[in-house]
Amino acid sequence: MIPAHRSLPGRTKLALRGLRMTFPTEETEIRVLDDIDLDVGEGELVCILGPSGCGKSTLLNIVAGFLQPTAGSVRIDDEPVRGPDPRRIFVFQERGVFPWLTVEGNIGFGLGRMPRSERANRVAHYVRLVGLEGFEKAYPHELSGGMKQRVEVARALAVDPDMLYLDEPFGALDSITRLEMRRELLRIWQQEKKTILFVTHDIEESVQLADRVVVMTARPARIRRIVEIDLPHPRDLSSRRYLELRDGIFEEIGLAHKI
Amino acid sequence: MTPRRRLEAILLPAATAAALVVLWDAAVRWSGTSIFPSPDAVARGIAELARKGLLLAYVRDSLLRVAAGYGAALAIGAPLGIFLGWRPAAARAANPVIQFLRPISPLAWIPVAIVLFGVKDMAAVFLIFLASLFPILVSAMNGVRGVPAMYRQAGANFGLSRASLLARVVFPAALPEILTGLRIALGVAWIVVVAAEMIAVNSGLGYLVIDSRNAGKRYDLVVAAMILIGVIGLVLNLLVQQVSRLRAVRWGFREEMS
Repeated sequence: MIPAHRSLPGRTKLALRGLRMTFPTEETEIRVLDDIDLDVGEGELVCILGPSGCGKSTLLNIVAGFLQPTAGSVRIDDEPVRGPDPRRIFVFQERGVFPWLTVEGNIGFGLGRMPRSERANRVAHYVRLVGLEGFEKAYPHELSGGMKQRVEVARALAVDPDMLYLDEPFGALDSITRLEMRRELLRIWQQEKKTILFVTHDIEESVQLADRVVVMTARPARIRRIVEIDLPHPRDLSSRRYLELRDGIFEEIGLAHKI
Repeated sequence: MTPRRRLEAILLPAATAAALVVLWDAAVRWSGTSIFPSPDAVARGIAELARKGLLLAYVRDSLLRVAAGYGAALAIGAPLGIFLGWRPAAARAANPVIQFLRPISPLAWIPVAIVLFGVKDMAAVFLIFLASLFPILVSAMNGVRGVPAMYRQAGANFGLSRASLLARVVFPAALPEILTGLRIALGVAWIVVVAAEMIAVNSGLGYLVIDSRNAGKRYDLVVAAMILIGVIGLVLNLLVQQVSRLRAVRWGFREEMS
């Protein structure tokens, strides 16, 4: 078990302090996030793991600047976050691609101010990176769910952000495509050296991807525990250590091994 | 579509139409009516209109009135609808009034139109404007209001200003719904022009219907006008439908019957 404020090997990229979020309802208010402290190092891949509806998406939306927290602070590179910023791109499930633009149009969406030829090169590079050669002129409704998700990841990477926020990005994909996309994400992460915050409710997914898994409680979400995944990539999903870590989190969340 | 399908798409409806004409002809002969015209008489009526130069003139007049009224509705309704959809407070202020005016049939405005504009072109154009305005306005408003928050957030995330967010995200996202409104409005405009021309002007296909009946009970010309109205309505609808086939909006439309 690793304490929340362990000293990170790299520079601290993101620092959350005393983060709290409440939503007012008619009679009372709902506490969604309570007292979240978290540091994320530069280049780290951190998974935020919790049950559906626990508030982990709210947390990501606050970090991305789409929501204002009720209390507490979000600092990136030691500056407070005041709103969405192209240096940090939020990747929705594949529904976030723009259906009125082609694959190329989507990937080049954030490159408005760039000269035409440079933009074309950049788009071509990211089309290749996510393996969509030959589909440049296709529209999203002509693509599968996995391909749409690739478009969205490429659109995010094309503006060369330092951070990516992924909100259950592979949740709507079939299980084979999901595994493939995880492998792709790891490859891209290692190649492009981004800091990644990845929200999921899937324990296996978090242990396969993350440097550290932040295990959340049910609502109001608090950090229950932070688990360091000390496994090198590519990870052997049948290794003892992998299973140990995975089962440790299963137990932590209070789930039995048998159904 | 395969060539076979394409051929069927033309031949099958043509066969249905031909069967209806045969039935119509048989019904006229069997009943021995002297008032209701046979298909043959209607065809001669259309030829007569063409010879007198009325056919093209009336079609042109009707289409021009629709173009003017519909064009004005588009020029005002689409930007206004987009603005209302973009500003929830403005929509809350305006929506009850819109929903109150919308169900009033444009035909109920005929006396008002005549008082305002006289028995002239402008009265008819005004009625067409009113009839087209609401479908365009409401679809633009709802289209913009219904743009998923995710698209706006994604746009904002890439650093777009409010103006470019509107132009590059909100407008294209709302476009299919706006186009649906435009298509409905054109259909309504074409229905209303006929009614307006019966009362407010002295040319056009609606005038042809009422004038043929009043001046000498020329039912062959009445039916001829009806057929022209139907054919032009069909052509207008097909034209608008082509717009929804454009690839940048195709995503917003399900496969539908043409």
